[in-house]
Amino acid sequence: MAFDFDLHAVSPELILTLTACIVLVADLFLPEDGKWLAMPLSAAGLFGSLAAIVSLWGRDSVTLAGTFEVDTFALVFKGLFCVIGLVILSISLNYFRVGHLPEGEYYFLMLSSLLGGFVIASSRDLIGTFIAIELISIPAFVMTGLRKRDARSNEAALKFFLFGVLSSAVMLYGMSLIYGITGETNLAAINDALSQRAEESIVILGVFFVIVGFAFKISAVPFHFWAPDTYEGAPSPVAAFLSTASKIGGFVGLLVLMFVAFPAVADAWRPAFAVLAALTMTVGNLIALRQRHIIRLLAYSGIAQSGYILVCFALISPGNIEASRQAFQSAVIYLSIYGLMDAGAFAAAVAFGRRGGSYFIDDYTGLWQRNPALAVMLAGFLLSLAGTPPMAGMWAKVFVFLATIEAEVYWLAIVMGINAVIAAWYYLAVVKRMFFEAPAPEMEGEVEVPYLMRTALGAVTLVLVAAFVFLPVVSDLAERSTWF
Amino acid sequence: MEWLDDWGVTLGTFLPIVGMIVLLFVPATQERLVKSVATLFAFAALVVGVLIAFRFDYAHSGEIQLEVVREWIPQINANYHVGLDGLSLSLFVLSLLVSFLCVIYLWWHVPDPGKVKALMALVLLLETGMTGSFVALDLLLFFIFFELVLVPMYFMIGIWGGPRREYAAVKFFLYTLFGSIFMLLGFLALWINSGGTGGGTFDIIELQARGVSGSEMFQNLVFLGLFLGFAIKVPMWPFHTWLPDAHTEAPTVGSVLLAAILLKMGTYGFIRIAFPILPDAAVTFAPIIGILAVISIIYGALCCFAQTDLKRLIAFSSVGHMGFVMLGLATLTDRGINGAIFGMVAHGLITGMLFFVAGSLHERYHTREIAALGGVLHQIPRFGSVFTYAAIASLGLPGLAGFWGEMLALLGSYQPGAGLSEELFRALMVAGGIGTVLTAGYLLWTIQRVNLGRVPAKYEDGHGVFDVHPIEWYAWVPLLILILAAGIYPKLVLGVTDGAVQRLVGMFGS
Repeated sequence: MAFDFDLHAVSPELILTLTACIVLVADLFLPEDGKWLAMPLSAAGLFGSLAAIVSLWGRDSVTLAGTFEVDTFALVFKGLFCVIGLVILSISLNYFRVGHLPEGEYYFLMLSSLLGGFVIASSRDLIGTFIAIELISIPAFVMTGLRKRDARSNEAALKFFLFGVLSSAVMLYGMSLIYGITGETNLAAINDALSQRAEESIVILGVFFVIVGFAFKISAVPFHFWAPDTYEGAPSPVAAFLSTASKIGGFVGLLVLMFVAFPAVADAWRPAFAVLAALTMTVGNLIALRQRHIIRLLAYSGIAQSGYILVCFALISPGNIEASRQAFQSAVIYLSIYGLMDAGAFAAAVAFGRRGGSYFIDDYTGLWQRNPALAVMLAGFLLSLAGTPPMAGMWAKVFVFLATIEAEVYWLAIVMGINAVIAAWYYLAVVKRMFFEAPAPEMEGEVEVPYLMRTALGAVTLVLVAAFVFLPVVSDLAERSTWF
Repeated sequence: MEWLDDWGVTLGTFLPIVGMIVLLFVPATQERLVKSVATLFAFAALVVGVLIAFRFDYAHSGEIQLEVVREWIPQINANYHVGLDGLSLSLFVLSLLVSFLCVIYLWWHVPDPGKVKALMALVLLLETGMTGSFVALDLLLFFIFFELVLVPMYFMIGIWGGPRREYAAVKFFLYTLFGSIFMLLGFLALWINSGGTGGGTFDIIELQARGVSGSEMFQNLVFLGLFLGFAIKVPMWPFHTWLPDAHTEAPTVGSVLLAAILLKMGTYGFIRIAFPILPDAAVTFAPIIGILAVISIIYGALCCFAQTDLKRLIAFSSVGHMGFVMLGLATLTDRGINGAIFGMVAHGLITGMLFFVAGSLHERYHTREIAALGGVLHQIPRFGSVFTYAAIASLGLPGLAGFWGEMLALLGSYQPGAGLSEELFRALMVAGGIGTVLTAGYLLWTIQRVNLGRVPAKYEDGHGVFDVHPIEWYAWVPLLILILAAGIYPKLVLGVTDGAVQRLVGMFGS
């Protein structure tokens, strides 16, 4: 096989890699009060990658000996990573600059982690996927510990690291079993090889280990324990990154593996996902009810949201192609909308909590009177997460419901429905504090939000409302992303 | 007026939300400008509504008119499909009218904590949600409008409401959300049943024409899902517990809109979606609906006797009145269903009016405790007369709007349609008849306690107690006239509905 290398196809990754290197080097030469320039540099790189992604639109290609595929699915998620990256950059600037945290390193690490996301969207090879998921995770360990003098940040990083390494080991063990059985690393070839040996327990064991590895990465219950502590201890923009980009990266990897490499053994792993999904959303929601810290609340809400996405995996079946397509598209729609609304909610929390401000939900009391725009936007993101119009989050839920009913898994639909009501309770609890109560006397002053954050928050809100009305744009992308 | 055919319904529905967006750019400090903009848009929407009412061809009220179909989400075949027929026209115009009157009322009085801009914006958003539910002919579109009203009403109760507003707002939101999720599951099941990704449809008219092919069990389950969603919204006993809290705690305009329009979205859902798409299941469920309806009537009336808070009393009277509407629907006859739609409109006019009066009474006496009030008619005679008029209309005095809905519902249950048990429905009729007596009882008693008697010593100096304010007259006169007009000329409503109801009744038992 001749070694083929399509420069255009990998241009988004190249631009991102180049930017990451420039940012790291530039940091060495920038004066102390100019370190923040790493942020606009990184943003420029993300815009460059976005341009490259647009230029690749509609030009499907496979390169690097069949391990790297550029199709609509890959481009959609690369675009999503860019957009989320930009939102997180905009909330990071002030946080890292005012907090005197290492800036150049942070932006470098974040771009590297995003690069992992880019690769995982395109990789169609077991090794590539593993490297990509590690590329997402390892910079994230370091980012979590960036607040060096804060014991909780250290604890968070250590916890995250230990869990992350453990999950990688489990995943790698599963992958080695799969490779040992099939002798292939190409995902499509693995599926062909597995289809004859679907009954063997060693196959199921291998797939199971891979799923467990990913379950850690996407913080599915019962592999979720690291997430709330890590989010709370990490610098908040990093928590936003973990909850959106990093988690979506895990889901993309899972989508690729489950729908390309392992559909032949779907009957074996489908029930596992159903249980995982039901547990994840229920436990996540129930624990979220008791949270008093906004980041922890968002962490548990994020766990519950993962549960809804996991439902899509519990619906695929090789025999029912229509239902599988619907499940896949619902997952793509959910992930894209979730990424934006969750990033928005974290951004609003960071906007309120900056300058060593508060992350406690009690302190949100009366926010409406202190900064109406921020309160309205945060309420918008929370209601979107709860799934009410006029925010795009409603469609995410509707589409998963639709796929569930189409696959005739009614009990999961009911579990989801009850969970949606439970979730509304704690989202509304925050909204209630912001709008229905007057601020405490010592918290009465106005809350100022820097210009850049305001722009980012406004843009995400507008996109979510626009996506609610013009949903066909999203659902069309999801339809084109489907391989089968 | 050709343009109305294509744009009328869309304009009437979305002008308020455009007004809301315009409001966002008006500085909150310019209160007059804020109010003027809101009034302008609400009025424009009402004008469109009235023009549509003139454009509507009443000879063919059974057919969808001013219909618009545009592709929306091709992947799942959901369309922007709106239109009006005899079932929806009167409710459509009613919601535009009542919203406009609420905006007018807010010129006079904005409840604490002020913030008129936000309140106006929410009223306009709510207006789009309500009117949209009555024009939507696509299940997903209907679901969106149905859900859209939750958010503004939640904020309205929570920010401008009474002392227990937080509890009431959350209860309202979660209760309705719970129902609408099962309703959504029902909608999705209908979509799958009609073909799913391979040709399934969310189109309400199309689904009626195709019929549902599933087993009886399937149809009943889907009906049960829809029933949960709609019955909570109506609300029927035993799903009514959110209503007294929400109504009592909501600010005046919130209570008015809740009572006058929001509750009708539930009953409308039955005649627009549940009954025509699942006629067989409707026949199966009709006796249960009838029994629950009668329980609502009696229970609502008995609860009214026990209330000490005027707003809470009116809230429980809504449970009873909506019970009559549901009883009318459950008979599955043209009489009953015509009466039910008449009852919806009448209840919207009368109870909307009653909540206006209760709110204004609170502004004057700063209490809603019935025991603390008295002699209102002596102290402020015109105000007292308006209250008496609305209360008498509510108890169903012939010649006023409240009469026809209840009469037709009871008459319909004398001879129920489509193989329903005559014995059962006659028993229900008798029980409902007792309900009307109880209704008259508690309303007369309320009039006696509030309007007649001595003015309590506390209010004798008459400080801050003034007769009907001019702005109140503007907001109330249209309702007062319509209550009388619909009472002496019921064809005003029945003439609109009959064609569509005949068509609906034709579906049962066929």
